[in-house]
Amino acid sequence: MTIPNAGIPNAPLPEIWARFQETSPLLSPANRAKRTILVVGTGLAGSAAAATLAEQGYRVKVFCLQDSPRRAHSIAAQGGINAAKNYKHDGDSIFRLFHDTIKGGDFRAREANVYRLAQLSNAIIDHCVAQGIPFTREYGGYLANRSFGGAQVSRTFYAQGQTGQQLLLGAYGALLRQAAGGRLSLHPRTEMLDLVVVDNRVRGLVVRHLLSGQVEAHAGDAVVLATGGYANLYCLSTNARSGNVTALWRAYRRGAWFANPCFVQIHPTCLPAQGGQQSKLTLMSESLRNDGRVWVPKAAGDRRRAAAIPEDERDYFLEERYPAFGNLVPRDVASRQIKERCDLGLGIDGGRAVYLDLADAIRAQGLPAIRRKYGNLLDMYQRLTGDDPAHEPMRIYPAAHYSMGGLWVDYSLMSNLSGLFVLGEANFSDHGANRLGASALMQGLADGYFILPNTLGPYLAKAGPNPIDARHDSFRSSREEVEARLGRLLKIKGSRTAADLHRELGLLLWDHCGIVRSEAGLRAALAKLPRLREEFWGNLMVPGAGADLNQSLELAGRVADFLECGELVVQDALHRRESCGCHLREESRTEDHEPRRRDEEYAYVAAWEYRGQGQAPGLHREPLAFTLVAPGQRSYR
Amino acid sequence: MEKLIHLTLRVWRQPGPDRPGRFHDYPSGPVATSLSLLELLDLVNERLTLNGEEPIAFDHDCREGICGACGAMVDGLAHGPKSETTLCQLHLRDLADGGLVVIEPFRALAFPLIKDLVVDRSALDRIMAAGGYVSVDTGGAPEANVIPIPQSDADQALAAASCIGCGACVASCPHASAMLFVGGKVSQLACLPQGQPERARRVLAMVSAADREGFGACGNHRECEAACPKRLSLRHLARMNREYLSAR
Ligand SMILES: Cc1cc2nc3c(=O)[nH]c(=O)nc-3n(C[C@H](O)[C@H](O)[C@H](O)COP(=O)(O)OP(=O)(O)OC[C@H]3O[C@@H](n4cnc5c(N)ncnc54)[C@H](O)[C@@H]3O)c2cc1C
Ligand code: FES
Repeated sequence: MTIPNAGIPNAPLPEIWARFQETSPLLSPANRAKRTILVVGTGLAGSAAAATLAEQGYRVKVFCLQDSPRRAHSIAAQGGINAAKNYKHDGDSIFRLFHDTIKGGDFRAREANVYRLAQLSNAIIDHCVAQGIPFTREYGGYLANRSFGGAQVSRTFYAQGQTGQQLLLGAYGALLRQAAGGRLSLHPRTEMLDLVVVDNRVRGLVVRHLLSGQVEAHAGDAVVLATGGYANLYCLSTNARSGNVTALWRAYRRGAWFANPCFVQIHPTCLPAQGGQQSKLTLMSESLRNDGRVWVPKAAGDRRRAAAIPEDERDYFLEERYPAFGNLVPRDVASRQIKERCDLGLGIDGGRAVYLDLADAIRAQGLPAIRRKYGNLLDMYQRLTGDDPAHEPMRIYPAAHYSMGGLWVDYSLMSNLSGLFVLGEANFSDHGANRLGASALMQGLADGYFILPNTLGPYLAKAGPNPIDARHDSFRSSREEVEARLGRLLKIKGSRTAADLHRELGLLLWDHCGIVRSEAGLRAALAKLPRLREEFWGNLMVPGAGADLNQSLELAGRVADFLECGELVVQDALHRRESCGCHLREESRTEDHEPRRRDEEYAYVAAWEYRGQGQAPGLHREPLAFTLVAPGQRSYR
Repeated sequence: MEKLIHLTLRVWRQPGPDRPGRFHDYPSGPVATSLSLLELLDLVNERLTLNGEEPIAFDHDCREGICGACGAMVDGLAHGPKSETTLCQLHLRDLADGGLVVIEPFRALAFPLIKDLVVDRSALDRIMAAGGYVSVDTGGAPEANVIPIPQSDADQALAAASCIGCGACVASCPHASAMLFVGGKVSQLACLPQGQPERARRVLAMVSAADREGFGACGNHRECEAACPKRLSLRHLARMNREYLSAR
């Protein structure tokens, strides 16, 4: 197996990015106007990249699933975005943000990328303010910061509970400005269904227009995937419903490596599922854990109302087990503990939920103070559940939330396929085995506004124009393959819906490849997955035809890819016999039952290569070295 | 125990823009009140699918009231009877047991129907493209804290910027006016120093884009404000009118 080469310039960490820029060839403005860049995705990463590339003079085509680019999933991020401004004078710095991100990722991220991310964080805030993004401010008119996700410094910038929305609308404005200027064309309601690769270089895309069903080819000099994360693999997640792995999976099947697919973050504070028909799990900001206490009744089967359960019959299990951090333990620790209680039958009403209780905080600080901090969250909870958290403790349960894994990219954000760049949640690069709060928005915007616009030119300067246009045979054959697959999905006419099969897949993965994983469970999942795939291809029901808006067909295609991707995720999890980041591996615990990372064996990025249907994928290991922060075992006890 | 109710959904079905449409009734059977109305539509759709019938097409994505993809008239009201609520956040507990629930697409000249409950709202993107931004290229922005912005201005700007672009304002307006939508963006940027250089050009360009797209003029009915799931205040529309008059 080859050792993946990230192409990191040889320089001390703080100078690598400058060195890269100084030593890379440039592409002249006249040449940029002759290059077409295909950008898939209009979240923070895709919109920022597409707008900036058009500003630089490239011709850009932008594709997204929704009817408007503004509806990409980034819109839903609530909490905030990190930057190392140190406005609070609390000891923050680029180094500290780098350090926290590397440590938070449990030493499974690439040092040079993370350092660059921390370096670029400040320029993001400058740019977003210049765009007129209404960040929350102090009385004096300066930008406000808060501490987020257990960080010891206040480095999170926010626009009340709508940070993702405001950042995305800024990037969307930039995108539309370029569309109005004519250098950029928008292709909403369009789904990428294949990547065209000739001689190891990416030449373009095959897409399906979701209203007409038309399958079209687009050629370009480079392709940028910014298609978001794949947490919907688990069916129920905090992600928007259209979240999928299709773009990444199609690229993987054409030779792009998939890195660390098993690293998926489970967020502890989500609304629990109620009944089998629920369509998603809504995230409740983890800031609630600053004042909320997590507990369950001590006795299994205790069905009394929360208020009727006396103090000494409650188990505040996080405070009990982790007195130093209490309810503020990291996401993975909280998720695991909550799940463990519920698996023991100690969940509320014996089910999958625990209390997040604000009663003590309300008693101590008064309801108005609590409402000032969390008013919109409390309203949201009430709107969704009908219960008022001021009187009744909230119920929460962990849910799949964010995929740290994604397509492998080098330092320039290019995959192992020439000309394929991968940005935002879709790549694997910066969060290792676990992501810190408020750092995904930072990464998406760093990738889109600042990194790709500096790495694409050098690539194109070296690679030259792509002479293959959409009339080439490879485009025709790829289009035919896409059409044949759509036809196959429509023809089965069996007796199960794609949604139903997706639920089954989600439960299987949640049980065997979720927060806690074991050799036996993973093997059981691997045995079941091929059968589920057969069931899908033998018994699926997709009504209607392919020549107009057919949402069942869209979902079926995405579930088909999830089914294949699920197998890779389980294989990756199986091969990584260590507890790491957000996952506990049963066989890898310390004496006091805490997760145990195994750096001697697993301090690498696992980059998987597709070897054909039914073949075991190949594994490339990119070793990880840490020069500025020595890897230590995490301990919160 | 979960509370169960029965509803009859009367849904507008129309296979395409040039094909006739009609209402169709779907009994819900007993369903938990904890479901959202869209989850009930999911359920109805699964049943239709298993019968080999085409499910009801509707737009949706985040299912938490922020992406603006969902939207339909429920009993004549955009996003249904509950205030400050998007369609995806409307729950069956908000509806009366045993009732008939009439669901139709947003209707406006500038929102051509695509299929069933799905309409084309791309006109809103084109209004934004006319000027709903600050013209700043990436790179070269000054340090973020160089210009302090009074907290109240920033708060007002954020309130104006809370629009999710769902189109409920248009669908509820007797004139199918998009002025609350336009007003949100104009007002946001008028409140901020960064919006000043293009202030006059922006409001003129966005208002004339709305006219071009076939949205009506504001008749002060205030239906938009009542229907807006984010409660965008009419103040933003008023500010836009002032901006418009002084720009001309
Ligand atoms: C509820 C929630 C709250 C969050 N809060 C925070 C927070 O406070 N701070 C933080 O830093 N992070 C947060 N995150 C994480 C963060 O929001 C995401 O990781 C980030 O926004 C992803 O951005 P993106 O640009 O990579 O992709 P997305 O915003 O997911 O965009 C994906 C784009 O790709 C398009 N697309 C996908 N597949 C295809 C295809 N096959 N063909 C064509 N187009 C396609 C979609 O249409 C969309 O335009 C949160 C996440 C969730 C779920
Ligand atoms: S689905 Fe996003 S607002 Fe309703």
